[in-house]
Amino acid sequence: MRFEMTTQTGPCPTRRLILQGAVSVALIGLGNLAFAPARAAANDKYPEEAFKLKNEAEAIKALYGKTVEPSDKVKLDAPEIAENGGVVPMSVTTTLDKVTSISFFVAENPNALAATYRFPDGTIPAVANRLKMAKTSNVTAIVEADGKLYSATKEVKVTVGGCGG
Amino acid sequence: MASSIRVRATSNGDITEVQTLIQHPMDTGLVKDAKGELIPAHYIQELKFACNGKDVFVADWGTAISKDPYVKFSFKGAKKGDDLTISWTDNKGGSDQTTAKIA
Repeated sequence: MRFEMTTQTGPCPTRRLILQGAVSVALIGLGNLAFAPARAAANDKYPEEAFKLKNEAEAIKALYGKTVEPSDKVKLDAPEIAENGGVVPMSVTTTLDKVTSISFFVAENPNALAATYRFPDGTIPAVANRLKMAKTSNVTAIVEADGKLYSATKEVKVTVGGCGG
Repeated sequence: MASSIRVRATSNGDITEVQTLIQHPMDTGLVKDAKGELIPAHYIQELKFACNGKDVFVADWGTAISKDPYVKFSFKGAKKGDDLTISWTDNKGGSDQTTAKIA
């Protein structure tokens, strides 16, 4: 057993240390503010981080950094019951204008973000694909239109999970 | 080697409908093989469709896309006979590309 004592873990940190801490916290805060819009705009790279996050809310935050409002203009078409969680067909259509992306989130999957699709000008804002679902879960589709986020959510019951194990 | 990408692009007036089926294991990294060893994650991360020198659709995928992925979308601004180029890259650096004529 070995005990180490550094200045920073001492029981009585100096005033300078505290100030340094405050300054770096402030700087980090500024950094986030400055980068958040840049990240949302530079949406043309593979969002590695967002795909690694487990929690749905965190993944949405990492991908878009914005709040989402439910909308009846987003239509998520998914089965009520999926017998095979390995292949669950689902599609999204929307009547919204200026759509730039559509994403699928499966809340109960090991990683919530399943797919995100980018729509350049001239591409119809609709997509159909097939997802894996570990178990019964809410599926959320998010449509990014004119810089704002709109969502639709539906529960899909899964009788056999699609993530093996 | 035959292409991993099968694509059907049909023009209907101004709108081109594209259906694509890709052969890929899309392993999640969570499944064990018969010996009880984890099969490492192996999945397509990015799938691009380009027509007339312009991206018309880009998919970013995680492991939750089903094995042998299917995707369908439609776009405007192309006509019969135009080339549609489809390319994907996976997390292990694998990739494939094919070009289809819009029918």
